[in-house]
Amino acid sequence: MLWETFKLALQAIRRNTMRSFLTVLGVVIGVAAVIAMVTIGAGSSAQVTADVETLGANRLMLSPGQNRMGPGSGSSSARPFDLSDIDKIVEQLGSIGVAVPTATDQLVAVFGNENYQTSVTGTDSGYLTLSEWELSSGRGFTDAEERGRSVCILGQTVVDELFGSVSPVGEDIRLGTLSCEVIGVLEPKGASTFGTDQDDVIIIPFRTYARRIAGTMDVPMISLMMRDGVSTDRAVNDLTALMREIRRIGASDEDDFTINTMEQLSAMLSGISSVLTGLLSAVAGVSLLVGGIGIMNIMLVSVTERTREIGIRMAVGAQSGQVLLQFLVEAIVLSSIGGLLGIILGMALGFVGANALNVPFIPDPSIILIAFAFSAAVGVVFGYFPARSAARLDPIEALRH
Amino acid sequence: MATDPAPTLIELRDVYRIYGHGEAEVRALDGVSFKITTGEFVAIMGPSGSGKSTAMNVLGCLDRPTRGHYLFNGVEVGGLDRDQRALLRRHYLGFIFQGYNLLPRTTALQNVELPLIYKGIGRAEREARALAALDRVGLAKRSHHEPSELSGGQQQRVAIARALASDPKVILADEPTGNLDTRRSEEIMELLQELNRREGLTIVMVTHEDDMAEFADRLIWMVDGQVEFDRPTRKGAA
Repeated sequence: MLWETFKLALQAIRRNTMRSFLTVLGVVIGVAAVIAMVTIGAGSSAQVTADVETLGANRLMLSPGQNRMGPGSGSSSARPFDLSDIDKIVEQLGSIGVAVPTATDQLVAVFGNENYQTSVTGTDSGYLTLSEWELSSGRGFTDAEERGRSVCILGQTVVDELFGSVSPVGEDIRLGTLSCEVIGVLEPKGASTFGTDQDDVIIIPFRTYARRIAGTMDVPMISLMMRDGVSTDRAVNDLTALMREIRRIGASDEDDFTINTMEQLSAMLSGISSVLTGLLSAVAGVSLLVGGIGIMNIMLVSVTERTREIGIRMAVGAQSGQVLLQFLVEAIVLSSIGGLLGIILGMALGFVGANALNVPFIPDPSIILIAFAFSAAVGVVFGYFPARSAARLDPIEALRH
Repeated sequence: MATDPAPTLIELRDVYRIYGHGEAEVRALDGVSFKITTGEFVAIMGPSGSGKSTAMNVLGCLDRPTRGHYLFNGVEVGGLDRDQRALLRRHYLGFIFQGYNLLPRTTALQNVELPLIYKGIGRAEREARALAALDRVGLAKRSHHEPSELSGGQQQRVAIARALASDPKVILADEPTGNLDTRRSEEIMELLQELNRREGLTIVMVTHEDDMAEFADRLIWMVDGQVEFDRPTRKGAA
């Protein structure tokens, strides 16, 4: 009986192909939008994770004070670090391979008549190792230079702005009162996940930065790299224990420093992307609702048009429940077809969109199932009222129609 | 056996069908009583508004009497609810309408299969029985035609096949020739008469044409919701 009802529903839908198609269009668009959004969203999350890995997956950042919003964003009254902390970390922790001081400020760089404001980072050559950054020309800092010489390494953007096509290596630029020699140029990295230009940077030795620019030997942040094969948890635990000891934090007191891992950063960015996906999906959900109302409308029209058919069916012995089922199944089949079309369209859009945004195409089977189930549910919800009004028809009136 | 009187199939006992209340009360059936036995061919006639259609709706379990008793095969069915009446129609009644009432854009065969679907009969048997019913009305060759491809007379034959397909105890025909010309009408009446004579099918028919009523054995004449007379037709008396 159910199979018969199903075939009957297909027949009824085929009889009015154009109208059926227009009816389900709302559901098609709704489902397609959800699928496309979620697919592209999953793709961008994956992209974010991949991007974060280019920053150095094994990287940790240690900053003073308690902050929960990512590196550098929390100002606090906690004591900064000093260079001896870094020596202790490198000496005592087997899980940490590289630890370098990191300080950043915005300064104007001048070369000849050109000047350009950029981000100046004071750090040591280990920084390039832990951020997996190569030089496209020139060389890194020597140990002697790290003790406080006036040398610098430029990002590609800075080179473009200040030098144009001239080779910068060997030239002197001026940063505020500091004149320094360009010894290297960084391999271009492009835009970061946040959309900032990673190549818009000048790197100088930390001691040079501390003496000539910051005016203090305090270390505002320490960048670290775990050794290969060390779990993030272990490295964080080791580092926490050591820092508590160095900073003499009582057993009952909270840490006055924060360790940020790339995993956290990646999770935070994915979180942002999933919030966006959620919002867009909610909008798509509204479209599904509208699609459902379209189905209800057309089913009501259909019941009116087929009043006589309903009368005939009742005359030959159809019970109310069977008439109800017939129209309900028809609505469900209709909306499920819309769901299927929407899934196909959504995958196509997701594929095109993922390519356009340069993120991987990651179809999610569970969201496809959910979308299909949801579209069928739309049929149940919005088909019930018209089906019930069909089932309640008086056979005599219906036959006279 | 031969001397036994045929069993009563249908009995209306003092049946009222009243619409409205008080001043606006309309008695479509006003104390109707009659019996129909198995194998009879009965015509119900009367002027418009006489209650013959209402009587037909009550007999067909499409409507229920306001008061009185309707016994079908000895069982009180006047008080059945909607779904029970649907079951009664499904298993015991076959309908023929003035406007044929076939499903459009559906083949003759599928139309005839319709009542069998609701009887829950499987596809193969259903098709066989529907084809046999079409054969009985002489339309086996047209089984794959849709109503729009058939003449009025042929459409009514399909409708008769549909009524026959479910093996009903009685066929209820509401003005079956109302939409047909004289020649087609007589062909339809001859078909019904033959089904009645040869297969012993019980038929109750509402009509307003005397010529058609003459094909029946018995005539019930209604006026103002009451049976005015109930007698054999000339053919029935012969």
